[in-house]
Amino acid sequence: MSVIEARGLTKKFGDFTAVDAISFEVAPGESFGLLGPNGAGKSTTMRMIGGTSLRTDGTLTVLGLDPETHGPEVRASLGVVPQQDSLDEELRARDNLIVYGRYFGLPMDYLKPKADELLEFAQLTEKANAKVSALSGGMKRRLTIARGLVNEPRILLLDEPTTGLDPQARHILWDRLFRLKEQGVTLVLTTHFMDEAEQLCDRLVVIDHGRIVAEGAPQALIRQYSTREVVEVRFGSARNAEMEGVLREMTDRIEVLPDRILLYDDAGEALLDEINRRGLNPLTSLVRRSSLEDVFLRLTGRSLID
Amino acid sequence: MTRQDAVAPVSSGVTFSGLDHVELARRTRRWGWLHYSRYRQAAEKPFFWTAFVTAIGNPVLYLVAMGMGLGSLVQGDVDGVSYLWFVAPGLLVATVVSTGAQFGTWPIFGGFKWMKNYLAAQATPVEPWQMAVGEGLAISVRMFVQAFLFWLIGLAFGAWPGAASLLVVPIAMLASMAMFTPLMAYSATLEEEGLQFNFVQRLIVMPMFLFAGTFFPLASMPAYLQWIGWVSPMWHGTQLARIVSYGMENPPWLTVVHVVFLVGCIVGGLLVAARTFTRRLVR
Ligand SMILES: Nc1ncnc2c1ncn2[C@@H]1O[C@H](COP(=O)(O)OP(=O)(O)OP(=O)(O)O)[C@@H](O)[C@H]1O
Ligand SMILES: [Mg+2]
Repeated sequence: MSVIEARGLTKKFGDFTAVDAISFEVAPGESFGLLGPNGAGKSTTMRMIGGTSLRTDGTLTVLGLDPETHGPEVRASLGVVPQQDSLDEELRARDNLIVYGRYFGLPMDYLKPKADELLEFAQLTEKANAKVSALSGGMKRRLTIARGLVNEPRILLLDEPTTGLDPQARHILWDRLFRLKEQGVTLVLTTHFMDEAEQLCDRLVVIDHGRIVAEGAPQALIRQYSTREVVEVRFGSARNAEMEGVLREMTDRIEVLPDRILLYDDAGEALLDEINRRGLNPLTSLVRRSSLEDVFLRLTGRSLID
Repeated sequence: MTRQDAVAPVSSGVTFSGLDHVELARRTRRWGWLHYSRYRQAAEKPFFWTAFVTAIGNPVLYLVAMGMGLGSLVQGDVDGVSYLWFVAPGLLVATVVSTGAQFGTWPIFGGFKWMKNYLAAQATPVEPWQMAVGEGLAISVRMFVQAFLFWLIGLAFGAWPGAASLLVVPIAMLASMAMFTPLMAYSATLEEEGLQFNFVQRLIVMPMFLFAGTFFPLASMPAYLQWIGWVSPMWHGTQLARIVSYGMENPPWLTVVHVVFLVGCIVGGLLVAARTFTRRLVR
């Protein structure tokens, strides 16, 4: 049985369709990702799952319940990490966790040790008594994530969880999220970071303009929509356009971006050798493995670099 | 417990003790408004001293200026009693109602716009209508305390003829809520603050203060101004306060009207606020 099941899920704001008849399922214990550019409809979908945005059409069940009619029941089992922090800046870090836990009707003798545990999880033990307004952006983010765990959620909704975190904090968080998953928590996350999606998601959907354009495991999507390797070359903005014609002859697919040209080929090194042998002289060049970034470019025609 | 033990080697540091989520949801369905009001009380804590000093300072200033200063100029009795006895219940109610009006505007609007406290609560089982009721509860407790402090100060000034005057405390709280809840309902609809709150302060609260029978009986005003009293929680509250304080003569039907008006404003305000909160939060 899936813990989340969406069929033809649609959200319109007036005439504008933000989420356009998407269908997906999330299995218990799975880590499921929503990937897409700004405005794709990811956050709107997350809010519908929490029952705080009303769908225009389609069906949606979360843990077997309709979040619109059973909002409190659904949210009691949900941990929500919204895209924008909603901490109380005037309260101390620790009190933020406690006040939030109270909303679930949790008693103080549960919340006091829980708050300490969560501060530890967020590596904020030293800041327990600091006002939130005195925390850095990344610390606030970590506190928001920890707060979402106060009710021992069965499903954790993470809307761009690591935006604003430094690389080290991101890696620590990935590790902890992975462990939460091992503990049986279902993760649903959105992200703009392709490495994050590859690391964390068992399965993901790529959303563009409110529609699902691809679905699958990260590696499967890469195999399906991209080549094994990619050659990146730069000729400087002036020469990029002029090189396009020549390069197009050399392999099946190329993408010309404002600052570089990507050549898709299963044998990257050989292709780069050929480019150099013909004396095309790129300013810089590199061969790398395909990533979700390339899948994205292929599917949406846009790159997704933050 | 077994679940936790089984995964101990890779624990994230967060324990899963097997909380009963069904029970949590049931609890919040029933008590969510109370949970929310606790938040409001916690959020007000940093402002305790400012609030306390104001709650003590206001009555002192008003009673000195109006009761004794102005009162010394008033020749003879007003409504059969000394001016101090007449004006004290009015001042108490007017002060508490004004504070209620303040709470109904910026803090509510700011909660949606800047503070995000409603957004935070919305991600939990607490429902929007419970937030509105919870705000009401927290503010009414606060108003009760403020009214009681005013009453205590009044005692030192000899402003109360008898023990029954203590009833002005719940009456002031009621009147203040009658002002607070409709304003809260309105504030939840505002996306951008323009001149609305200045308008509320200058064209509703101020005139009420001056023309709703606080300083002189409504009946001594021209008939075409008396409606200001009739539509204001301040006047209805003040009249009730005078009845319990110095035993002001009032036809029973009119006393009933005062109570019904205040309760009507509170219930109506809460019903509308439940709607405007939901509209604002669930889109
Ligand atoms: N309350 C609203 N009223 C009107 N339009 C809205 C509202 N909320 C979202 N939208 C629109 O719906 C679309 C999807 O928004 P959403 O926030 O879901 O995007 P997203 O995929 O989360 O984007 P991002 O990566 O920038 O967070 C956007 O075009 C947005 O302008
Ligand atoms: Mg978003």
